[in-house]
Amino acid sequence: MDTESTHSGYSSRSGRSNRHGDRSRERHKATSSKDSSRSERSVVINPPDTPSQDSPVHNEETRGEEDDNWGETTTAVTGTSELSVSQEEVVGLGKEIQDRTQSFRRYLPLVVGSCVGLLVLATPLVFLLLPAVMWPDRPQTCDTACEGLFLSISFKILMLLVAIWALFLRPSRACLPRVCVYRAFLTTLTLLLTMSYWLFYGVRILDAQDEDYQGIVQFAVSLVDSQLFVHYLAVVLLELRHLRPCYSVCVIRSTDGETRHYNIGQLSIQRAALSILEYYYRDFPLHNPALLSASKHRAAKHLAGLKVYNVDGYDGNQSRSTAPPAAKRKDNAHNELYYEEADYERRVRKRRARLVVAVEEAFTHVRRMKKEDENATPSDIMDVHEAALAVFPSMARAMQKYLRTTRRQHCHTMESIQKHLAFCLVNNMSPKAFLEAYLAPGPTLQYGPERWMADQWTLISEASVTSAIKEGTEFLLKCLDFSLAVTVKSIPYIRLTEEYIDPKLHKFILLLQSETSV
Amino acid sequence: MSFIPGQPVTAVVQRIEIQKLRQGGNLILGFSIGGGIDQDPGQNPFSEDKSDKGIYVTRISPGGPAEVAGLRMGDKIMQVNGWDMTMVTHDQARKKLTREKEDVVRLLITRKSLEEVVSQSKGRNPRP
Repeated sequence: MDTESTHSGYSSRSGRSNRHGDRSRERHKATSSKDSSRSERSVVINPPDTPSQDSPVHNEETRGEEDDNWGETTTAVTGTSELSVSQEEVVGLGKEIQDRTQSFRRYLPLVVGSCVGLLVLATPLVFLLLPAVMWPDRPQTCDTACEGLFLSISFKILMLLVAIWALFLRPSRACLPRVCVYRAFLTTLTLLLTMSYWLFYGVRILDAQDEDYQGIVQFAVSLVDSQLFVHYLAVVLLELRHLRPCYSVCVIRSTDGETRHYNIGQLSIQRAALSILEYYYRDFPLHNPALLSASKHRAAKHLAGLKVYNVDGYDGNQSRSTAPPAAKRKDNAHNELYYEEADYERRVRKRRARLVVAVEEAFTHVRRMKKEDENATPSDIMDVHEAALAVFPSMARAMQKYLRTTRRQHCHTMESIQKHLAFCLVNNMSPKAFLEAYLAPGPTLQYGPERWMADQWTLISEASVTSAIKEGTEFLLKCLDFSLAVTVKSIPYIRLTEEYIDPKLHKFILLLQSETSV
Repeated sequence: MSFIPGQPVTAVVQRIEIQKLRQGGNLILGFSIGGGIDQDPGQNPFSEDKSDKGIYVTRISPGGPAEVAGLRMGDKIMQVNGWDMTMVTHDQARKKLTREKEDVVRLLITRKSLEEVVSQSKGRNPRP
């Protein structure tokens, strides 16, 4: 049954490092085949896959074994299954499994990076120390120039250490579905470089037992130099390349049509999706499903009023024909909408006026303690939280009514309002400043972490997600109950020409009431 | 000299004939005009009614053909060689006055003193 497949799917997948790979595309094919047999309200939950960031090491190994089993183990929860599991419960299930694998996934690139970094830093030192260790009887002659090279090598190794830490060893801010191509390329390049130097060292210096210690030191210095240049290449590829904007992306939220435009540079699709999600959390107002029910009611009513018949291929039992909808029903729909919206506006404005007045009155009841108040009774002197608690009841009712009318009462709890009130009192804000947070929906980050849904994002794209974005790329970022449609356009090539005007040529005549001599 | 919109304009006019003088390759008349329907009438120092957009004589060069013919500063030009000057742009007026092919211009001009003379003479000899 559906519920068993839910649990089995999760347990068979936990602990394995997952490859997202072509899974997004293939998952769609599976859901479309399953949709025909189930109701339209099936939902595919895929938390264990989405936040995984693969390390370069596990990438190639696990690709083969994963793609065989996912077809049977893809979990889906239908709305019509008898043991209906609510969506939150299933998501909660996914979250526990995810937490166990999360630390592994998050820190793997860090581990790989530090191993490679250690190798890179230790190699020159080993090159320098090995002759002294292996042939202690032979004197390692090192004159002034050679000792100068010691100085340079130590500073370069120090800089390389800081640089590697700055670029590669910081905790990543997101988990992307596939490994970043450039990071893999740079890791490979570094390892190749180091291996070739080791090879050379082993064959030409250790085997041949070269006596020239200065040559060995110069060899080690050249290795550190090459690694610094590889690091420079890393900076250019990973950090600088995407700073220059050359594409303009248009992001549209599917439920309420909020649109924003951003300029981004040359990025792969997954990194572009990451930037767009960061902008989403900053710019888009909070998604409020309660505001969308009105249009759904209208659509449902419209459908319920029609009797639909299918006249070809079926006999009378299953016939559904389209009866012409009564003309007046259509009139009522837009009339209703108009009056409903006007009424709603009026109600919101009335409640808002009451709220503003209540908050202003509440703020007049409290003020900062001044010098002369130090003689007042101790029970009257309060700290800011007590002051907020004392002042809050006078505006609580108006606030709650307003939030109910604008359907945002689930975003603000009583504690959060009191906390915000305390913050405003401490910073000497006016009542209007306090109210701004409640009058309009703010960006998603303003509300608590339970609204963020930061680990529920899926990237759906026709092109491979590590390919670079180009003009005309489109992809979808799906969250639980809404999605962001992204289209990419390139910024036009601007041709700017110059024209020089001599400042002395700026001469004017007054035309009004001109006088001409004839 | 004001006009009532919709009513024909009536004015006492004087006929002045100016011979153009050839000077340095150009035919000149020896005066300057101002006004026109594309100009700002409020800045006209000579008009009585500051919404009058007619063509006015703003300057007379001393000893020139216009002064000799009897044109005075502040005159409003009503017609030039039969062309109406009450509803023209500044440039159209200039063109009508500076036609190369004509070396004589016959102007109909009006001024305040003409009106006064006529009304005075009317007053002295009232018509029965």
